[in-house]
Amino acid sequence: MSKQVQQLDRVIIRFAGDSGDGMQLTGDRFTSSSAAFGNDLSTLPNFPAEIRAPQGTLPGVSSFQVHFADHDILTPGDAPDVLVAMNPAGLKANLPDMRAGSTLIVDSHDFTGRNLTKAGYAENPLEDDSLADWALTPLDLTGMTVEAVKEFGLSRKDAARAKNMFALGLLTWMYGRPTETTIEFLEKRFAKNPAIRDANVTAFNAGWAFGETTEAFAVRYEIKPAPMAAGTYRNITGNLALAYGVVAAGVQSGLPVFLGTYPITPASDILHELSKHKRFGVTTFQAEDEIAGIGAALGASYAGSLGVTSTSGPGVALKSETIGLGVMTELPLLVIDVQRGGPSTGLPTKTEQADLLQAMFGRNGESPVPVVAPQSPGDCFDAALEAARIAVTYRTPVMLLSDGMLANGSEPWRVPEIADLPVIDPAFATGMNHTTTGKDGAEVDDFWPYLRDPDTLARPWAVPGTPGLEHRIGGLEKGDGHGNIAYDPANHDFMVRTRQAKIDRIAESLPPLEVDDPSGEAKVLVLGWGSTYGPIGAAARRVRRTGLDVAQVHLRHLNPFPNDLGDILKRYDAVLVPEMNLGQLSMLLRAKYLVDAVGYNHVRGLPLKAAELAEAITDLITTTTGAEPVVEEVSS
Amino acid sequence: MTATDLPFPGLTGVPTRGDDELLTGKDFTSDQEVRWCPGCGDYAVLKAVQGFLPDLGLRRENIVFVSGIGCSSRFPYYLDTYGMHSIHGRAPAIATGIATTREDLSVWVVTGDGDALSIGGNHLIHAMRRNVNMTILLFNNRIYGLTKGQYSPTSEPGKVTKSTPVGSVDHPFNPVSLALGAEATFVARTVDSDRKHLTSVLEAAAAHRGTSLVEIYQNCPIFNDNAFEAIKNPDTKADAIIPLVHGELIRFGVDGAKGIARDETTGGVRVTSGDDPGVLVHDAHADDPTTAFALSRLTDAGVLHQSPIGIFRQVERATYDDDARQQLVTAEQGEGDPQEALAALISGPDTWTVV
Ligand code: SF4
Repeated sequence: MSKQVQQLDRVIIRFAGDSGDGMQLTGDRFTSSSAAFGNDLSTLPNFPAEIRAPQGTLPGVSSFQVHFADHDILTPGDAPDVLVAMNPAGLKANLPDMRAGSTLIVDSHDFTGRNLTKAGYAENPLEDDSLADWALTPLDLTGMTVEAVKEFGLSRKDAARAKNMFALGLLTWMYGRPTETTIEFLEKRFAKNPAIRDANVTAFNAGWAFGETTEAFAVRYEIKPAPMAAGTYRNITGNLALAYGVVAAGVQSGLPVFLGTYPITPASDILHELSKHKRFGVTTFQAEDEIAGIGAALGASYAGSLGVTSTSGPGVALKSETIGLGVMTELPLLVIDVQRGGPSTGLPTKTEQADLLQAMFGRNGESPVPVVAPQSPGDCFDAALEAARIAVTYRTPVMLLSDGMLANGSEPWRVPEIADLPVIDPAFATGMNHTTTGKDGAEVDDFWPYLRDPDTLARPWAVPGTPGLEHRIGGLEKGDGHGNIAYDPANHDFMVRTRQAKIDRIAESLPPLEVDDPSGEAKVLVLGWGSTYGPIGAAARRVRRTGLDVAQVHLRHLNPFPNDLGDILKRYDAVLVPEMNLGQLSMLLRAKYLVDAVGYNHVRGLPLKAAELAEAITDLITTTTGAEPVVEEVSS
Repeated sequence: MTATDLPFPGLTGVPTRGDDELLTGKDFTSDQEVRWCPGCGDYAVLKAVQGFLPDLGLRRENIVFVSGIGCSSRFPYYLDTYGMHSIHGRAPAIATGIATTREDLSVWVVTGDGDALSIGGNHLIHAMRRNVNMTILLFNNRIYGLTKGQYSPTSEPGKVTKSTPVGSVDHPFNPVSLALGAEATFVARTVDSDRKHLTSVLEAAAAHRGTSLVEIYQNCPIFNDNAFEAIKNPDTKADAIIPLVHGELIRFGVDGAKGIARDETTGGVRVTSGDDPGVLVHDAHADDPTTAFALSRLTDAGVLHQSPIGIFRQVERATYDDDARQQLVTAEQGEGDPQEALAALISGPDTWTVV
């Protein structure tokens, strides 16, 4: 039977099921084959904090959304076009996100008495009219899977577990994805268990063949590869890119990397990844707690490594005192905070940007720390290198603020040429830097651990083992230059100001901000930071397509702010600051620049939705300039 | 020559001085004025350490002292080596990072009963179970000195202090029992005023590869004077100090009138007469820490009318830092240019090319 082929420019698919149904794997594989096919894409995994929440219930639902397109896209998409639901709870939990007319492909197998009740359905929604607004295709995916794999003699339970691969096969057919990447993956993944391997491959192929032959689907879709800048690409998640950035920082600085850390969601994958790269001189230390993790990292930095610690907000709270010690001892230290919903334990597996003020101010005393944030999964690589550059060059702890969405989300990433990466110079102290006049009047060469570089204000990094530079540092206030304990009031005032001045000085090493204002006519600026880059960019495009002008600037450096930020803010009549918090960047901007920044704030544990944000931008443009949209928005 | 050639396995990998480079205690003394109270036990320990460090044969630049917070934690400022006066309780964690990344450094931790056993208890026990190559000097004065006289986790029950006006209701730690419970591979106790014993224990601690925990009874004349009266007073010390010497009978009292024997009813040990044929021969090298633990219980927690002094346990076990470094060495073998390897790593197996 030959099927009709329809061209689409983009599709958003969400795979949803029980957390034991393998939805993350299914989404990940669909993403890989889409990446291999050459689409631009963006993904959003969403899973419960419990490892195995009660089966079949709403809290146990796990999903993976993938947005792929024939053009450059910025977000995982607001609302899916297709929902693949593997059980009643998966349907129920995700239906509110589905627009009328969108497609529901539902495994009807579990739509029976108890399973319906567990999901909170009184009636079977596949049999009443409640889903009439959607294009519903119920299929017994489980039944067909069990039938397809019966030759392998698996238990019924094991056989049914391959249903996610049947669904993947079906969707692979429907969207014309290559099959090889998935088959190769399954063969490798289950190499040790041939029966499971063959069952999964067979289920995948059966799903594909089912699409080809069934009359349930008359159309298959084609989404052409997206034009991308020339280069070698791979798909990458934020945590992986961040870990690679840390390895690269070690290579580019020539420093051994020491990660001292404690497992915490959603940062643990950074530890897992870095523990594989001993070949690069990367040591990973899984400490007894968050405090020991950063303590050991700071010790390693003192001894001449690039000390790194990775955590999430609750861990940052525990590490605060040691970050303060790093500020006082002026040692390089990379503090990675993969932000999650807070406060307290909060929403461990959901995303949020509410640690910005914690990163800025969450320590006693005047304790300035540079803050750097990546804007997309692939960008975590560059952001990690940049954070390491600042830490090493300025001898300071640096906060690197990723978040749950970046950590687990993925996108195609153009693999950089090593020759294009920055080189980081540790510039260890090797000799005396000062002459002191001794008691007898004779001049003696001396080492002063707090004598600063006049350009960067950085102090010398004198590593134990260097003869003649023996010195003591610590958390007590240091005398300017010589670094001995000093309680003198004027000295403290001077040192507090100098530590601040050193961090402010970093701004001089930053490139000018990029202002995205295609028409040059915008009166409204949208300013963001971190993972909101995608939704803000997508929203700005929507707004521009309606004939309105809007400018976008995205901050990588939150402390210090780039030197040109103040002037840029002044150029616009209104500034909108979208954030996944209650207005933390807004507060900083208002305090520093006296700008009447308007907040756009959501803390739902999920990325901002481009369509909603576009409305907010449009409203602000209309109230600021009186301009109204001239064309209706059609598609993002 | 490296320290491997000396009888100091704990210092393997740490470079030593040439035979002609003589150093004395003066060379290890920094230009900073020592600021402990007059009569503080810390002075004696500082003098002993400054006197003993040259004997290690190491270069000053290869020695690092890390401390936490408390009176004793000022120690690093007074030694002309590398040093870090860190934050409360965290010195063992910081030292772990130093020791793990730098085989060529001799790493020392200076801490007190509050620093190590209260706020930093977690780091202390984990350093000992991992057996990171460092020597921990735990100054136990059984009081909070720097904060002016509150009871500490080693103060005796009922202790009246500023924060316990009607007496402490806390049960104290016995640091040696705690260390043995954490399976520390080197555990010893010594006294600030006995320079000879102190030096010999420190020497053995430095020689040990792995974590060495040395509890030093240290008198704080300001807030807890005479806390160790029984073991310091010439009239009582013979009965109070139970000397532990590997391979020798555990006997104490005037003319060795008393001894330590197995207590069959409890499985622990008990005091018996010095000529009891059951008197134990001290075996610090026993793999099983049970007897060492039993000996540690002879010190009533907090009450020190009787206390074993010496090396309780001294056994060999793989160290965390040696093993961690070995994993790097194994992984690095036969690999080429790091930038080429980095390029291969970040590309990964699944790439596509856009032209
Ligand atoms: S308070 Fe006690 S321990 Fe502290 S310096 Fe004075 S005497 Fe020594």
